[in-house]
Parts: sequence; structure tokens; C-alpha cells
Amino acid sequence: MKFLTTSAMALALMANAASAEGNLVLYHWFEYMPQALLDKFTAETGITVTMDTYDSNEAMLASLKAGGLGTYDLSVPGDYMVAIMAGEGLLDTIAEGELSNKGNIAAEWADPSFDPGRAHSIPYQWGSTAFSVDTTVYDGDINTTDILFNPPAELSGKINLLDSQGEVLAMAALHMGIPQCSTDRDQLKALNAMLMGAKAHWASFNSDTAKEVLVSGDAAAGMIYDGFAAKARAEKDTLQYAFPTQGYVVWMDNVVLLKDAPNRENALKFMDFLLVPENIAAVSNYARYASGLSGTAEFLDPELASLPEANPPAAAGAGAFIEVCDKATQAVYDQIWTNVKK
Amino acid sequence: MAGGAASGGSAASDTYAKARHWLLLPSWVVVGIFVLAPVLMMMVYSFLTKEFRGGVIWEFSLSAYDQFFFDRGLFGDEPAKIDWTYIAIFWRSIWQAGAATILSLLIGFPTAYFIATRPEKNRAIWVFLITIPYWVNLLIRTVSMKFLLRDQGPLNDFLVNIGLIDTPLHIINTNLAVQLGLFYSYLPFMVLPIYASVERYNFALSEAAADLYATKWVTLRRILLPAVKPGVIAGCILVFVPSLGAFLAPDLLGGAKNFMIGSLIEEQFKGNAGNWPFGAAISMILLTMVLTILLIYARQQRQAEDLS
Repeated sequence: MKFLTTSAMALALMANAASAEGNLVLYHWFEYMPQALLDKFTAETGITVTMDTYDSNEAMLASLKAGGLGTYDLSVPGDYMVAIMAGEGLLDTIAEGELSNKGNIAAEWADPSFDPGRAHSIPYQWGSTAFSVDTTVYDGDINTTDILFNPPAELSGKINLLDSQGEVLAMAALHMGIPQCSTDRDQLKALNAMLMGAKAHWASFNSDTAKEVLVSGDAAAGMIYDGFAAKARAEKDTLQYAFPTQGYVVWMDNVVLLKDAPNRENALKFMDFLLVPENIAAVSNYARYASGLSGTAEFLDPELASLPEANPPAAAGAGAFIEVCDKATQAVYDQIWTNVKK
Repeated sequence: MAGGAASGGSAASDTYAKARHWLLLPSWVVVGIFVLAPVLMMMVYSFLTKEFRGGVIWEFSLSAYDQFFFDRGLFGDEPAKIDWTYIAIFWRSIWQAGAATILSLLIGFPTAYFIATRPEKNRAIWVFLITIPYWVNLLIRTVSMKFLLRDQGPLNDFLVNIGLIDTPLHIINTNLAVQLGLFYSYLPFMVLPIYASVERYNFALSEAAADLYATKWVTLRRILLPAVKPGVIAGCILVFVPSLGAFLAPDLLGGAKNFMIGSLIEEQFKGNAGNWPFGAAISMILLTMVLTILLIYARQQRQAEDLS
């Protein structure tokens, strides 16, 4: 039903976009883009920006495949989702020279494995996904994935998971030390059994309220993105973000040009706008994540450099991107996820 | 002359009959576009092959229904056995919707009776008061419920402060929270039809029963209830059917960890599995169940009318 609502909204937006020139329709994550930045873009270019939000990469993909294409100009998929969308033919190619500020992309993000040569995307923000723990409820060592999958008694029944298959299963793979796209039957069975056992300790699956449930005390531990965790800590200072020794999930969100974008020219203008260090720094200052551009240092909130959520301690495990499994392997992981959520 | 008049009369009714077809056209268009077409589309989709990561391949397949009823193990290669997963989800939904209906009836009937027995000029105000909260979007009301019910929320604060309980009641993310959400969401759908029935009830009948030494309980059971039965049944259907397909309450109040039918369907379209034919098949099974309930009701109504 939520999906039907989104489609209906998409139709309404389409009518809107067709009627006037100088529009840009953005399909974006929730609570991420500061309104002031959109206003600045409108002031500079006269282009009106309409923004619609989603709460998971998968929800965004479903909405685009269900007829959202041709409605939106830009969306902001995570790393693995860029590869999936490109594979599905949902992305338009940015020709060489179409973006005048492309040179501002930091060298390490200029040619990522999920979008070789940045043919469809530009970097937006990057960070990590792990979890925060309320240290007044549990004051032991939190830098272990046991907090989520084999929690101490104090946290049992007070844990929120992100309602996101990719992130939960990647974290579970790190916990067990197995590949993310395993084809080993024993490993997969063990993964399934481990999650079934862990579920008894979980209170809820919430993504868009991941911060709110921690701050309100509904959850004493919860999976969360690093910047969101920093915001949560600002509201409740006993919330501490963990960097598990087993590893944690790293992600990068990217602005992609969608196929059949109704306002392709304006979309490119907006991408160029986001490639200006001062502008992308405004997103970082708001969302508390890192950008993928060079030259942003002078515009960043000085606090960001020392943010505990953005600076893994020496003992932290390695960060891992979510991997894209092949069809047969994915079917097993889909089944495991259904088992978890039934 | 008589023959002429008769033929004139039938010509008039012919014209009327033709006009009636045209006059019905708008409703047929509405029903066709907004009811029949989507349902047909769902039906067709439920018999198609799923495409990887959402979408359908236009090849006939029964695998969506197969998936609902049969379990072939984690890798899909074990011998098929009955899969209780989805049947259990349906059972949970039916149970929750049934409980919400009974709860709404227990609260809604006295409320409706109370309103209907107020002086006529005050009734509109009471009905108005019932509907006010429902001017707010269902999503907002469900989120508000979450705030109210949480461990550190106003409800628990109040109960602890008046000394009724020592530790907060853990309601949020449980089936009880889902139940309260459903009950609250659909309560007016119970109150309003019952009110409409009770308002038309002739209270002289109750007085007559009392004169004949009927107790209040007997009057309620033998006189009032049969008279307002259509309103009660309509209210029950109006609460039960939407509760059965609800997804906001299980998602927001139940913590999205135990599917109900609505959230299971949502997951098939929105979630990572992206299994549209399966989502369509679950919708068809749900639709069949609801239609069966409505048909049984319609048949009983007709029998009751035939008897009277």
C-alpha cells in the first residue's frame, strides 16, 4: 500500500513536472538534504526543486521499476545499488564534459568499482553502518557484533535493526566471518540458524526512526549510520557508536542521473552544483557524513574532523561494502530474510 | 386506443431503459478503472514469472501460489511439504482483525447507543466529536499511538505516577500494541453504522417489552439487537476487512518484526525480495477470503429478507 501511495505521488509529480519548465525532481533519502541548500540552488538558477523521499535503496528501486522512471531526474542510491541500477538499465550516461566540476571529485572516489569511470554518478556522501548502544543500559565492551547477534542480557529485547536486508545480512556475515555472497550450504544454514536465534533478542526493525527509537529509549542498542548516530548522540549523550572488531559496513551514496529524466539539463546543473565543495560541505555539516570531494576542508564544521563516529579506533575491524550477489545466491539470501521477518 | 396507450407506455419505458444504460456509464467507468482493472492486473501478475529484483516476465507460472503453500527448504531443492509460514501470517492477521472487531463492538455499541439516546439536537455534536480525530491522517495517528504507548511515554508515566504500576508496561513492539492500533484506527467505522441503526429504532418497543416484564437484558437481546443487527454486521465488516489488510499498525507499533498480511504484501513489492507475482498472489488469496465473507453475509441478508 505504501508502494501504491508512492506511485500515486509519482503520477502527481509527473503532472507537475510536465506543466512548467525550470523544474527538478529529486528522489532522495529522508532527513539528509538540508532545505537551505535546495533554496540556494533555486536562488542561483531559478529552478524549482521537488523532493520525494524513500527509506531504503530497495524501496527506491521498486518505485522506479513500478513506473517511477520518467518522473524523477535524480536519485541517490548507495554503492551496491548503483551497480544494480546500471545493470537494470535505469541510469542515463553522463557524457565526458557534461559536468564542468567533475575534477573536484577526490581521487579515491573518481573510479569506484560500483560505477567505473563515474559514467552515471557523482559522489554524494559516504560513511559507515554499525550500531549505537546506550551506555547507561550496558557499560561493557560494545565494539563487537555480539551486541546485535548474541547480546548481553541487559540489551536483550531492546535492540532495533535497520529494516534493510543488505545491511543486516552484511553485518551478520561479518559477525560469522563468512563471505557476503556465500554459496557454501553449511555456511548459509548456519547463517539462517544464527539469525533465527538472534531474532528473539530484537525489538523492532526500523530504518527511518533508527535514531528516534534510540533517543526515546525504545531501543537501548540499534543499527544506525554513523552520521545519524552523531545526531543521536547530540540529543542523548550516552549513546555511543561502535566500531566492531569483526568489521562494519561502509557505504557511499551517489547522485545518479536517471534514464528518461524529464529535466535532464537541470539535473546536470544540480549535479554540478553538488560538485562545488562549499555546497557539498553544507550536506556534510547537516548530515554529519563525509563527502567524496576534495577541497571541502575549509567549509566543514571543525567538529566533524574529530567526530568519534567518523574516526574508527585502531582496534576496529575492516570496513566492507555491501556486495551484489548473483541471482541464484541472492534467492537463498532473500529466503533467509523472509525467515527472519516472518 | 387502449393498445396505443399501452404501446406508448412501453416505448417510454424502452427510452428509459436505454437512458438508464447511459446514465450508469459513469459508475461503470469508475468501477472499471478503479476496481476491476487493478484487480484483473493483480490476478494476471499472480500467474506470471518473477523477474530478479522486481518486475515480471510474461510467462505463465504457478510458482507464486506454490511458494505460498509449499516449503522446499532454504535452497529450494528439498521435497515439497506444506509451508505453514504464510498460513501462520494469515492466521495472525485474522486473529488480530477479529480481536479488533470484538473490541470495537464492545466499546462501539454502548457509544452508539449513548449517542442515539441523547436529545435529537445534541446528537450531531456527539457524532461530530467521534469523527474529529479522524480528520488527521492515519499515519500521523499511528505514529502518535507509538509515542503514547512507549515505555517512557505519557501512558506509562501516568500509570507510574498515580502508583498503579511500579515499572512501565512494555506495550510497544508487541501484538498488544498492534491490536490497540487497529482498534483505534477503525473504531468509528463501528460506531457510525450502529448509531444509524439505533437512531431509527423505535424505543416504544423497549417500553412495551418492559411493560410485559422483560428484563433489560432480555429487551437488549430479543428486541433491540435483532432490530439493529444490520448496523452491527455492517460495522463488524467495516472494521474486520481493513484490519485484515492493515500494514501501518504492524509496521509502526509492532516493530515490523512479525508480518501481517498487509506488511507481507508490501514487502514483496518494496523490499529486497522484489517478488511481484508472489505479492499479487497473496493479494488474490486475501481478496478471495474477503469476498467469501461478504458473499456469506449477502446471502444471509437475502434469506432474512425472504423470511420477513
